[in-house]
Amino acid sequence: MNKKALLLLGCPELPVQTGIALYLASKLKDAGMAVFVAGTDAALHLLKVSDPQGHYVDAERMINLDKCIESLAEKRIDFDLCTVFVHNDAGISYLATIQSISNAKLVAIIFGSDAESISGQIAFECEKLVAKAVHNPMPLKKKIDNMMKEVKRWAVSN
Amino acid sequence: MGCIELMDYKVLLSNISFKEGREFIKGNFKEVYEIEPGYKLFDVYLIGVPPIFVGVEDGNVIFPYVKPCHGTFVLKIEDEEEIDRLRTKQRVV
Repeated sequence: MNKKALLLLGCPELPVQTGIALYLASKLKDAGMAVFVAGTDAALHLLKVSDPQGHYVDAERMINLDKCIESLAEKRIDFDLCTVFVHNDAGISYLATIQSISNAKLVAIIFGSDAESISGQIAFECEKLVAKAVHNPMPLKKKIDNMMKEVKRWAVSN
Repeated sequence: MGCIELMDYKVLLSNISFKEGREFIKGNFKEVYEIEPGYKLFDVYLIGVPPIFVGVEDGNVIFPYVKPCHGTFVLKIEDEEEIDRLRTKQRVV
């Protein structure tokens, strides 16, 4: 059975988020993982409009953010890998919540103009990909490409 | 988000950091409980960085409420049933 990955999106106000989410979803799918995305209605609509045929994320695997938290808290679902997009204080709160209610391997994708400062506020255990990216996705893409080298091996392991 | 926005709530603080909300609750109420992330309060599952504090005062619950695009709010809602449930949790103040 394929391992399951969740991409938990933050507020979609920063342009890089949607592009990086689709890129990461594509890479995880190529690695053989079942990819789910949770976000606000606006964040999910951005994905649907950008990927109308569902090549990267199946529309049926897009989950309303509140419903996702509810399902995780109630232990009705869980994932093998959770990547949480963090570019503001609320993102840190969502990351900490996922760390508390999920058993998944946790990766924080930290971006935006305050990426370093936000990263410094995260004191709990998780892998961090940090890049000062707002409009240009390339710094984050490089970090994701590096992470995927390990994730590809892990995705097919028992 | 959920039913809270349909309830009779009062906003005590808005557009603050989660840490500011935590310090406000711990510093301004005489009865405060610690709950875990994902604790169900009313019809929502609380989001936050532990420790998450929830205050009780005069039949009201005072709690942090995080929205992805608007940061943290501290809300106050009257509800004795929720207070009874909170009183089974660890009291910190």
